[in-house]
Amino acid sequence: MKHTITVLVENKFGAFDRVATMFSGKGFNIHSISIGETEISEVSRMTIVTEGDDKIIDQVVKQLNRLIDTIKVIDLTGSYHIERELMLITVAYQKGSMEEIKNICDIFRGKIVDINNKTMMIEITGPPAKVDAAVNVLAPFGIKEMARSGTVALRRGEQVKASKKEYVLTN
Amino acid sequence: MSTPKTRMSGADIFFECLKREGVEVIFGYPGGAVLKIYEKLYDIDWLNHVHVRHEQGATHAAEGYAKATGKVGCVLVTSGPGATNTVTGIADAYMDSVPIVVFTGQVPSHLIGNDAFQEADIVGITRPITKHNFLVRDINELAPTIKKAFYIASTGRPGPVVVDLPKDVILAETEFEYPEDVEIRGYKPKYKGHFNQIKKAADVISKAKRPLLYVGGGVIMSGGSKELTLLALENNLPVTMTLQGLGAFPGTDSHSLGMLGMHGTYWANQAVNNCDVIVSLGARFDDRVTGKIDTFAQKAYKIHVDIDPTAIDKNVVVDLPIVGDVKNVMAEIAAEITKKPKIDEWWNQINKWKEECPLYYEKDDGKLRTEYVFERLSEKTNGNAVIVTDVGQHQMWAAQYYKYTNPRSNLTSGGLGTMGFSLPASIGAWFGVKDRPVISISGDGGFQMNIQELITAKAYNVSVKFIIINNSFLGMVRQWQELFHQEKYSFTDLSISNPDFVKIGEALGIPSYSTDKPEDVDGLIDLVLAKTDGPSLVEFKVVKEDMVFPMVPSGASISDMMVKRLNPSRMT
Ligand SMILES: Cc1ncc(C[n+]2csc(CCOP(=O)(O)OP(=O)(O)O)c2C)c(N)n1
Repeated sequence: MKHTITVLVENKFGAFDRVATMFSGKGFNIHSISIGETEISEVSRMTIVTEGDDKIIDQVVKQLNRLIDTIKVIDLTGSYHIERELMLITVAYQKGSMEEIKNICDIFRGKIVDINNKTMMIEITGPPAKVDAAVNVLAPFGIKEMARSGTVALRRGEQVKASKKEYVLTN
Repeated sequence: MSTPKTRMSGADIFFECLKREGVEVIFGYPGGAVLKIYEKLYDIDWLNHVHVRHEQGATHAAEGYAKATGKVGCVLVTSGPGATNTVTGIADAYMDSVPIVVFTGQVPSHLIGNDAFQEADIVGITRPITKHNFLVRDINELAPTIKKAFYIASTGRPGPVVVDLPKDVILAETEFEYPEDVEIRGYKPKYKGHFNQIKKAADVISKAKRPLLYVGGGVIMSGGSKELTLLALENNLPVTMTLQGLGAFPGTDSHSLGMLGMHGTYWANQAVNNCDVIVSLGARFDDRVTGKIDTFAQKAYKIHVDIDPTAIDKNVVVDLPIVGDVKNVMAEIAAEITKKPKIDEWWNQINKWKEECPLYYEKDDGKLRTEYVFERLSEKTNGNAVIVTDVGQHQMWAAQYYKYTNPRSNLTSGGLGTMGFSLPASIGAWFGVKDRPVISISGDGGFQMNIQELITAKAYNVSVKFIIINNSFLGMVRQWQELFHQEKYSFTDLSISNPDFVKIGEALGIPSYSTDKPEDVDGLIDLVLAKTDGPSLVEFKVVKEDMVFPMVPSGASISDMMVKRLNPSRMT
């Protein structure tokens, strides 16, 4: 089963490498990984989508926690959270297909961000499944290039109880 | 008014930090990137720098020192090849959770990434084999980083830490201030076990009919031998130990079942198979211990005490995990046991297994065997020497026949299984141990892997007794070839290529002896034990083709143990 894990790490040289090295060294799967700044200076948030049975996910979470630069690890799967992904996708269009593509773009609440006489670039954000769906629908027009950010995710507000799989080192 | 701080160079700060950490010995080898540090070292008298002959030797020596004393072992090497030569020792320390700090020189910061002369990305290379590592990029980070390195290496589940020191950082100057405390928000080892779980463990043990304590190296590292002995003796519990656990509980006591696992005793493995409660104390359910994982202690309620949460449920899913320092937890469990388990019947059964299938070797043919050497050594030293074994058959025989009576006495490479460990590790141990003999035991193969460190031993008058068990073969590999690989003795016969070990010893000025007769063993052991003024060497030429039994073939269930050689066609 797929799990979305959010990790707060020290924003230090090599912190990302340590996580990546751990995943490859232990033979764990990575579907996507994203990293960026947080509201706290010197702390970055990584969102990792991985896959495995309960025993493997238990190890993934523990091994992440074991890294010295890791401040907090939460497996979001099974708790209320929001997941989003951003995609930029360039598709080919002809005169006849332009309207159709624009319609699709609207349905997915996408934006056309660039256009020339052969291709247009569309920006779509949403849950990863929605982004997958957009790719499927756009594929027949001819995808020239695409880039996906990988999933980012956050727990919903305080009223929601955290997942029982939460391992917090700083308490 | 605050007192003015002194400005110091990186090299001076380096030594000042070592002093504050109580470092008394460092194993090293000079080179370009660390020249400034060696320049300062020249005038330092409070630190013993042991000049090894190869950087791999330095890391193993630091491991030997750390394992024997419980203190952090230190290494200092140059960049590039100096650093890469330490990799095997670092990996070894990682697998066996040995606290060492390795300082590597690095090319100047502005050249990093340029393929500069003697540049190697040692931080990248060692990332998966260190507990943590650092590249010091700013002179102001030097002291705090060294403080953190020692703290991380020695606390929680110990392990190796690498500190990479670019040349410009060593040369730079700053005001020196050594931090009093370490604060790492992502690293807070948990020492105290959860009380309810401890109570539950005590309760389960009280009610057990066939309990077993399964003890690993964690008990020794935590300094918990006393607590273990109390827990076992007060409740009449049988104790079996892993290779790294040997010494945690006296092997001479009747509650000790000896080692379990691949070459464990028949009765220890039978106890594992039949126990109804197994308490793992600072052990990690390694595959050399468990054999086929889903048949390991199948009938037992499993309690697992470990300071490292990742060790729990990694290989075997347990019923009751307790994360904490095993020393504390054992004491608390013992205090909570109000009713001792009634297990006379269990002991009768264990003793029956012991009679059924004792450790056995041929004694009456007048030939010299490794088992005999270790039996005599154990007796002559009262199980109280520091025995540093290498990897192979002799290592397993030492585990079976040497009756360790004290912790920190059995130093061996378990997790990585590094041939060439013993010789340098014994030298390191000797620098930390002054009240007991230090004995290095190697096979003829492994002895040649770091043979250069004999020179170090001689240079520093290290009174280690170097024992070579010469069976003219890479014995353990030969054993697998005989049992599982159609008796194709591919590249394991050393009989023609082996050097004359006595001549090698003598060339270095080391008193060296050799025999192939059982009747010489006692005399030679006495002779070398009496030597306190430098190294000595004894070669025991033993029977060539003996095999270590009992043996659980790799991946088989413990119940499929071979107590002696079986027809190979019966094995997969
Ligand atoms: C560095 C290294 N290379 C190879 C091996 C594989 N290996 C394991 S045991 C062994 C044989 C060791 O032979 P020897 O040192 O003569 O000891 P014996 O088994 O005969 O006691 C070998 C080659 C190893 N463990 N370590």
